[in-house]
Amino acid sequence: MDIASRIPQLVVYGIISGSIITLGAIGLSLTYGILKFANFAHGDIMSLGAFVALFFLAIFRVANLPTQPLYPLSFGLPLILAFILGMITTGVVAIVIDKILYRRLRTTGSVTLLIASVGVSFVLRNFIQFVWGPQPRYYIKKIQITERIPFLGVRIKPDEVFIICVAIFLVIFLHLFLKNTKMGKAMRATSDNMDLARVSGIDTESVINWTWAIGSALAAAGGILAGIENKFITPNFGWDMLLFIFAAVVLGGVGSPYGAILGGMVIGLSGEVSTAFIPTSYKPAVAFIIMIVMLLVKPRGLLGEK
Amino acid sequence: MTVLEVDNIKAGYGDTEILHGVSCRVEEGEIVSIIGPNGAGKSTLMKAILGLLKLSEGRIIFNGRDITGKDPDQIVKEGICYVPQSDNVFPSLTVDENLEMGAFIRKDDYKKRMDEIYQIFPDLKEKRKAKARKLSGGQRQMVAIGRALMLDPKLLLLDEPSAGLAPKLIQMIFDKIIKINQTGISILMVEQNARKALEVSHRGYVLAMGRNRFEDTGEALLNNEEIGKLYLGE
Repeated sequence: MDIASRIPQLVVYGIISGSIITLGAIGLSLTYGILKFANFAHGDIMSLGAFVALFFLAIFRVANLPTQPLYPLSFGLPLILAFILGMITTGVVAIVIDKILYRRLRTTGSVTLLIASVGVSFVLRNFIQFVWGPQPRYYIKKIQITERIPFLGVRIKPDEVFIICVAIFLVIFLHLFLKNTKMGKAMRATSDNMDLARVSGIDTESVINWTWAIGSALAAAGGILAGIENKFITPNFGWDMLLFIFAAVVLGGVGSPYGAILGGMVIGLSGEVSTAFIPTSYKPAVAFIIMIVMLLVKPRGLLGEK
Repeated sequence: MTVLEVDNIKAGYGDTEILHGVSCRVEEGEIVSIIGPNGAGKSTLMKAILGLLKLSEGRIIFNGRDITGKDPDQIVKEGICYVPQSDNVFPSLTVDENLEMGAFIRKDDYKKRMDEIYQIFPDLKEKRKAKARKLSGGQRQMVAIGRALMLDPKLLLLDEPSAGLAPKLIQMIFDKIIKINQTGISILMVEQNARKALEVSHRGYVLAMGRNRFEDTGEALLNNEEIGKLYLGE
């Protein structure tokens, strides 16, 4: 098969992986925008979300919830419930981590916070490995057949359509939240200028809580969707995704959630499409090169402001 | 009635003391200016009043209540609003959203207050949906002051309201300050543009090296030869 005819199919893969990267990148960008530090534990928050969902799946199995798949998807109601509960739990855990650790370091500067987040990353990853073991854990055992999309000549699985739809839904939800709610506007204001927010009477501590909760819940969603796409999860997968997420955030403009969406899609697409030309194992290198070029050419990113 | 009374305060950054015992007061309905050379401690005094800096000595009484040592958000709730000298708008928010953020702690309907502010600054009304980043310097200053007025404060603190503005706009801003004062809001401002500030002020203080040097009515300070020579550049 020649290269050109493979590209439409690779674009489909790119949109799928871009959806997952985007959900991770939004949270990283939100926390950076408000707390001004690069959270190295964000990838592991994705893993945590995925394993928390696995935990709920196990509970539902014991509770004998109906497990028949929701046609045409390969999974049923338990996974959807676990998805929602996984997002909520991860959001709460992120607030707790902030209260225990980051809050105390708030005044010490971004380097201290960054190093602390590396520590959180180790703790989370090892906690996951300790509880669930190092071997891959399966969400879905069933193998799904790809369907051909008429006219476009590409194939996609129903589960993958689900992944893209959920990502689009969450991004629209976030957009409406940031644009129309008082807390969403306060988050944007605090990201612009925390001192001015404080002297305006904005409760910046609750803004910080919301930021952790939303950013981490979206990361958990990305992690769980990655689990659905790959069928299984390992304790390291979130950490391994961190490079792609950072590249997406840098590309879109650090601190800009809309930039993170754009960056996530570009990184996802370029990684997959590159496999038409170079070996698959170079995918991280493609993300890395895009990030470096962006830092050299336009360090503020595509949608970066200020 | 005395709105604000700053009683012999000492404050600074870390170990560096900037204010070595400064006192001032604002009576109800007054515009009071604080002038003085660079490094006199004018902006530091503003930050100390708002609780952004902790005092090592002295007291601050607002509206008969001791607000010494309170956090900025509590002081804002007491009724003091503050317009910093720079970075005083939310650039990625629209004009409307900037004003809305000024009203963050209000639980009631603030739409009426917003309309009043657009009456004070009619130029902003057409720019309601524009991001603050896209505005001119003068418009941005109006947004900043408008945001601080959303809570209908008893006292407005202005840090260098005319800084960086073209001469024509400077006059406009001072006219607006008088207009705001006429709605019953007391004003304490710090100004580099000392002559203009004293012209619109009921009273003024001259600060130098972190200490009070002079205190008088705006007019008397303007006519004082020594102050003219030292601080008004004559």
